[in-house]
Amino acid sequence: MKTGIIIFVFIALAVLHQDIWNWDNGNLLFGFIPVGLAYHAGYSIVAAVFWACVVKFAWPKRLEEWADGGE
Amino acid sequence: MNYLFNLAQAEIPAVSRIPLVVIICYLGLLLGLALFSGRFFRGTSKDYFVASHSIGPFMLLMSVFGTTMTAFALVGSTGKAFQKGVGTYGLMASSSGLIHAACFFLIGIKVWSIAKRHGYVTQIQFFRNRFESNGIGYLLFPCLVLLVIPYLLIGVIGSYRVMGPATAGMFTDLFPQVGPLNGSVPPWIIGLVICGVVLAYIFAGGSRAAAWANTFQTLVFMAMGVLAFYLISKALGGVAAASEQIYPGHLVRTPSELEVTTKAGAFQREIGIPPLQFLTYMFIPLSVGMFPHLFQHWLTAKSAKSFRLTVIAHPICIMVVWVPCVLIGLWATGVFNTPPLAEWPKPVVSIMGGTDDAGVGKVLSVVVKFLIENPLIAGMVTAGILAAIMSSLDSQFLCLGTIFTNDIVLHNQPKERFTDKQIVLIARSFVVTIVLLTYILSLVLKDVQNVFDLAVWSFSGFAALTSLVFTALYWKGATKAGAYACITVVAVSWLYFFAKSGWGGEYTVFSSEHRTDDGIMPVAICFVLGLVSMIVVSLFTKKPSDETIKKFFP
Repeated sequence: MKTGIIIFVFIALAVLHQDIWNWDNGNLLFGFIPVGLAYHAGYSIVAAVFWACVVKFAWPKRLEEWADGGE
Repeated sequence: MNYLFNLAQAEIPAVSRIPLVVIICYLGLLLGLALFSGRFFRGTSKDYFVASHSIGPFMLLMSVFGTTMTAFALVGSTGKAFQKGVGTYGLMASSSGLIHAACFFLIGIKVWSIAKRHGYVTQIQFFRNRFESNGIGYLLFPCLVLLVIPYLLIGVIGSYRVMGPATAGMFTDLFPQVGPLNGSVPPWIIGLVICGVVLAYIFAGGSRAAAWANTFQTLVFMAMGVLAFYLISKALGGVAAASEQIYPGHLVRTPSELEVTTKAGAFQREIGIPPLQFLTYMFIPLSVGMFPHLFQHWLTAKSAKSFRLTVIAHPICIMVVWVPCVLIGLWATGVFNTPPLAEWPKPVVSIMGGTDDAGVGKVLSVVVKFLIENPLIAGMVTAGILAAIMSSLDSQFLCLGTIFTNDIVLHNQPKERFTDKQIVLIARSFVVTIVLLTYILSLVLKDVQNVFDLAVWSFSGFAALTSLVFTALYWKGATKAGAYACITVVAVSWLYFFAKSGWGGEYTVFSSEHRTDDGIMPVAICFVLGLVSMIVVSLFTKKPSDETIKKFFP
């Protein structure tokens, strides 16, 4: 279930990366940042939040313990 | 709109040498720090290759991020934004935020765990054991080396592109030459110094020195990128004024053409990002899954927990570096056309001109040099650019030395054949040889290619091979024959497209007659072909032994 949600959100983010609705938008947000750039800067922040959630809720704890048992 | 580049070959007046002094001080500081880290060197080969698995979260983030962001980060992002427009960030940066972190999480942590458990220090050792084949090492080895070499050249040639304009006019008596770079420090000296500094600290401290140096350099280039952004925006009358004069075609992703006039005549520059290229470019960031130098950095981690910060903060670090640089590149589109240029020194536009796109790599250094009038700041920003370049070079030199030593020299040798001291000596000798080769190659090829297009080809090869590592880690049914098929198909298809591109130019598959970039990125096809070959061949060939499955799938 958890893995399914992560894969779904990942695919959704990959689709949202295409932002076809911004393709022709040459406006400046806050008077200085092009909309196309602002969107993708925001996207970077969302990506970081997504990975923070993955780390929090789907951390491979068992793998970590297995690695430490070696050598 | 016609961009008129004034190409008068005016002499550059003698200029302040302070920027060069700043750069030399920076290199000295870097060398001192890295050599200091060498005091912690334990003298063992494990310490030399993977820092005895001692690197914590912050240094892992900085070294992985610094290694991933080569000359591309500051110089390439600015140049590409100047060339193609606002779509550059989405094309190269935001997709990397998502995909790089995915590779760190899905590949990095698992590879670290397996390598720690079984004592691997190179990718090839991992693949040899996973696919129960010595031969796969000999097949993979030339592929990895041949793909790393252009990546190395990007760094060294990138330093020439940065330092040339930055030092133009400084030594007109000592290094006279015709053209806008008159009096600049020649490439043979720049390459000698850059390679020499990197070699010195890699030689002394191995991967620990690389991690220390990368941390320092990453902090420097992130800070300098932001500083350059602030000062350039100030010089242009503030961020709003700077953005208002961006050429309109660069504010959107819609493909269009821009007429550029140079001394060689007028030509059309393709701007904007075609949709198919934008979509299939998302395969490029997969390259981090197979970079051998990144693999080695992963193995330096103290624990799997060290990866947490890297996975989360990597997209933010990319944003901090790329957003200011893309904006500077966009501002440059207006700067080089609007009234302020009329008062600019003629050599500025001369450096920027040219019918090829080699000038694109010089955008940041030219803007910094002529807009930030303070030579101290200009020197600091240039040092920041060099930091981005060197933070990748060191890891690549070290990793090539590591795989030569472990996968070729020591492979199949009895353990007692060499002492630990001898192994470190062998690795050091290989590093010296590789640095020398890179230096010579960079001087031979310095004017040949648009250095950033060459980088994309290198990334494409690694990205296509990521199907190999992913299936090796997550599919028990991936077989030795499947792995051979995957590597062979990727190598052949990559070589085919590389040749079609004219050995390193910009190229997309099924592009129209009007543009070279509106088709599918070759990497997407190579990746899919590699993955399909692995799956199909594995389904019909002998499965790995139970012992191997147990070893790699806990």
